[in-house]
Amino acid sequence: MQKNLKTRLVIIVVTILLCVIGIIGIPTSKADLVANVKNHIRLGLDLKGGSHLVMEVQVEDAIKGDALQTIERLQQAAVKQGIVWNSAEVAGLSEPPTVDDADKVNILIKGINPNKASDFRSLASTEAPTYILYSLNATDYSLKLTPSDLNELKKQAVQGAIDTISNRINDMGVAETSVQQYGQSGADYQILIELPGIDDSAHAKELIGTTAVLQITGVDKQHDTPFSSRDDALAKLGGILPLNEMLVKAKPRVRGQADEWYLVNKIPVITGRDMRSARAGQGDTPRTWQTSFTLSQDGGRKFARFTGDHVGDKLAVILDNDIVSVATINERIEDSGRIMGLGSQEEASDLSHYLRSGSLPARVTTAFENTVGPSLGADSIHQGIVAGVAGLLAVIVVMLVYYKRSGVNAVLALFLNTVILLAAIAYLHAALTLPGIAGVILTIGMAVDSNVLIFERIREELRTGKGTFAAVDTGFNKAWWTIVDTHVTTVVSCAFLFLFGEGPVRGFAVTLTIGLIANVFTAVFVSRTIFNWELSGRRGTEPLSI
Amino acid sequence: MELFKNTNYDFLGKKWPFIIASLVLSVAGVTSIIAKGGLKYGIDFKEGTLIQVKFANPPEDNKIRAAMLQKVTGEVSVQDLSGNGAVNTVEIQTEAKGQGESEMNTNQNVMRAVLTATFGQPGSGKLDLNNTSVEELANRLRDPLARAGVAMSEQQLQTLASGILGEINTHHSGLITNFDDLRSVPGMNSGIMNTLKQECYLAPFHVVSAQMVGPKVGAKLRQKALFATLYALAGMLVYIAFRFEWIYGLGAVIACFHDTLITIGLFSLFNKEISMTVIAALLTLVGYSMNDTIVIFDRIRENLKFSRREPLEAVMNRAVNQTLSRTVMTSGLTFLTVIALFIWGGPVLGGFSFALVCGIIVGTYSSVFVASPIVLFWHNYADKRRKPVVGGGPATPRVETVRKNSTKAVR
Repeated sequence: MQKNLKTRLVIIVVTILLCVIGIIGIPTSKADLVANVKNHIRLGLDLKGGSHLVMEVQVEDAIKGDALQTIERLQQAAVKQGIVWNSAEVAGLSEPPTVDDADKVNILIKGINPNKASDFRSLASTEAPTYILYSLNATDYSLKLTPSDLNELKKQAVQGAIDTISNRINDMGVAETSVQQYGQSGADYQILIELPGIDDSAHAKELIGTTAVLQITGVDKQHDTPFSSRDDALAKLGGILPLNEMLVKAKPRVRGQADEWYLVNKIPVITGRDMRSARAGQGDTPRTWQTSFTLSQDGGRKFARFTGDHVGDKLAVILDNDIVSVATINERIEDSGRIMGLGSQEEASDLSHYLRSGSLPARVTTAFENTVGPSLGADSIHQGIVAGVAGLLAVIVVMLVYYKRSGVNAVLALFLNTVILLAAIAYLHAALTLPGIAGVILTIGMAVDSNVLIFERIREELRTGKGTFAAVDTGFNKAWWTIVDTHVTTVVSCAFLFLFGEGPVRGFAVTLTIGLIANVFTAVFVSRTIFNWELSGRRGTEPLSI
Repeated sequence: MELFKNTNYDFLGKKWPFIIASLVLSVAGVTSIIAKGGLKYGIDFKEGTLIQVKFANPPEDNKIRAAMLQKVTGEVSVQDLSGNGAVNTVEIQTEAKGQGESEMNTNQNVMRAVLTATFGQPGSGKLDLNNTSVEELANRLRDPLARAGVAMSEQQLQTLASGILGEINTHHSGLITNFDDLRSVPGMNSGIMNTLKQECYLAPFHVVSAQMVGPKVGAKLRQKALFATLYALAGMLVYIAFRFEWIYGLGAVIACFHDTLITIGLFSLFNKEISMTVIAALLTLVGYSMNDTIVIFDRIRENLKFSRREPLEAVMNRAVNQTLSRTVMTSGLTFLTVIALFIWGGPVLGGFSFALVCGIIVGTYSSVFVASPIVLFWHNYADKRRKPVVGGGPATPRVETVRKNSTKAVR
């Protein structure tokens, strides 16, 4: 009995030590203690503040892009073979386009001479091998992607978006972020993004969600001054735009500034894909910022050729659909450049992020957002701790009053239970959420149930006249299966909550489960040991304080 | 101290008043749900955009709603969140059937802009210190501080900006009304304070949190909640069927269903929202109610082993009386912790703690007055069918009917 007791005590002490170290480490000062606890116990988004986003990748963009490129390829090859058609366009997209459209996208080619039908067929199979050709009538055809290619393209779009967004987020320098596929891949095109600790969700969403297609293109030589509106431009140009040119609006620098529209080439000189690296910095003139970039070999060559031929002309830098900067070409530029005249440091910095991470393969829209400000996080922690301490004190008082000295037994087991629970959270690096704190508080209430079960049984046995030792023994034995039964049902609930729940609810399921499992140890093993220790010095006739 | 020594209340004899009370409450709950047109869903399950805003003074709901309606697409609802520790806080929600994700996103920006336009100083060109980020503040202060002659490295500037916002967020819940509250920020001096007052202002509101749930994700979350509930209930039913005879399992499940129904009814009566955390609370209390019921059933089973002659009602009564002390103690203690959560736990857990407070009371009561009577009714009914002659014949061997797997029940 004595040796058994010693082993038990050793096990308990070792457990306590491991748990305490797990939570507070080995601190050398008070500040150290606080820092250690903060490091070891990871806080969930609802306690730390931050954003939880689900973005949907508009895969129909990628399908449309592929279709457009295929049309170009077909056209170039058709010209060589003398095949002509009346119109070639991408059909099947609704207005505005949705993700479900991706499956309906097709290329519609109308007006092919029936004589050229077989030539067209072989052309289509060479230039558009991933498409299936359907003839609608004698002169019109429709091309659709094969199902496997369609799926492949969609998957690539989502994966590409995940990679680009990961790059941008890593660039933001926020710790413990996560970017991953959400839902089933293939059926959902959604990405889950967690940004703990950020305090400006609007900017973060902008940074993540901007498609960021960057183009540097030449401004029309004859009309290189800005127009005040689209109508003004059309009026001055005689009602139609020159071939291969388009009107793009410049981003206003100052609020209240008049609109500026430029006439630029549709085909860009270089795009974001030609750029290798980018850096934001201060501009030459005060209060201006710039983003400098370096070009790839290919891009450098293209740029050198263009700038060499067009010294004195203007270049426009277009990000998505806005001109961010217009500059005059002073000399031939070979391998690097600067985008100058940007309005703020944030703009220059964001631009460099986009250039470094590349543009998104498809548009991305926010489908879900949960942003918790840092003030709410701090408040929640404070409230959780107050509620926890209040609940704990209430339970301790009641146990001590109702069960006297054995109540101390239960209280010790309870403290150990809480310590083990917190240590498990620290070791598992699980996130503590606000419902998680509620789980800890609930564990206190439910854990004490096991002790109550045992103590009530012991009281009953004592009433039937059994001796102290025998009463304690029987009490523990008889209560054991009931304890197991009660814990299993709650753990089953928690298992399903964990499977189907997200973030905060998962935190709750995890803490309650760990708490209950730890409780089996503390209520049975530890309580028993304390009883044994208390009784080890006595004879069986002394009354038990219970 | 012992409250329930050798009690002998006739619980099962007096079951009718309690069964009627249960029925009344259930009907009241269901009526309320139907009358109010369904349950009130939290943002998790409803679609739309939601922001929580804390004000320095008691907010005027109507003014807010009117301002929002002018610029936002869809219906606007403004709800007071004060209570559970939140002060002067409202929840502004826009919800429109058929709105797409892009409209909901625009709505959030519009809502913030309307708040600034109505309550802030949008035209002053100053930065709102109660609604900004560390990066914005640092960028804003950099040049003015340099011009004011306050020397500062980039690192120091970042630390200062975090310090200022940290002070506002941690010690003033995100909203200050007086610049003097910032005097205690490390590194603060009069030069910095002057620059702050020059460049920033303090809006009388602070956006605490924001949620946007688009239709696709909303549908998915509703589905998940449903699955979690169904699977959890199924799992528990399987476990009970495993450990006890089927009628006991059925009794336990009906008791749990009764608890959930009444709790949801109370939510409807008190106009509380049902969110995912509330579902978590409901599932927890189902587990908890099961526990209670199992403890009593365990005792009934144990007593039946030793008393073949007694009528079932007497055995059940004795079992309930024997476990009364434990039932009251456990429920009482768990209730104490849950009440602490309800009072001090804060507004975010409001629904969760309310569900648990109601659930624990109802759950304990159902184990005695719902689960056991069902088993009793069934056995009496089964007995009557078996023995048409009243008062004769040997006692039905109830031990075998209770104990499912004889090897397992030996403890």
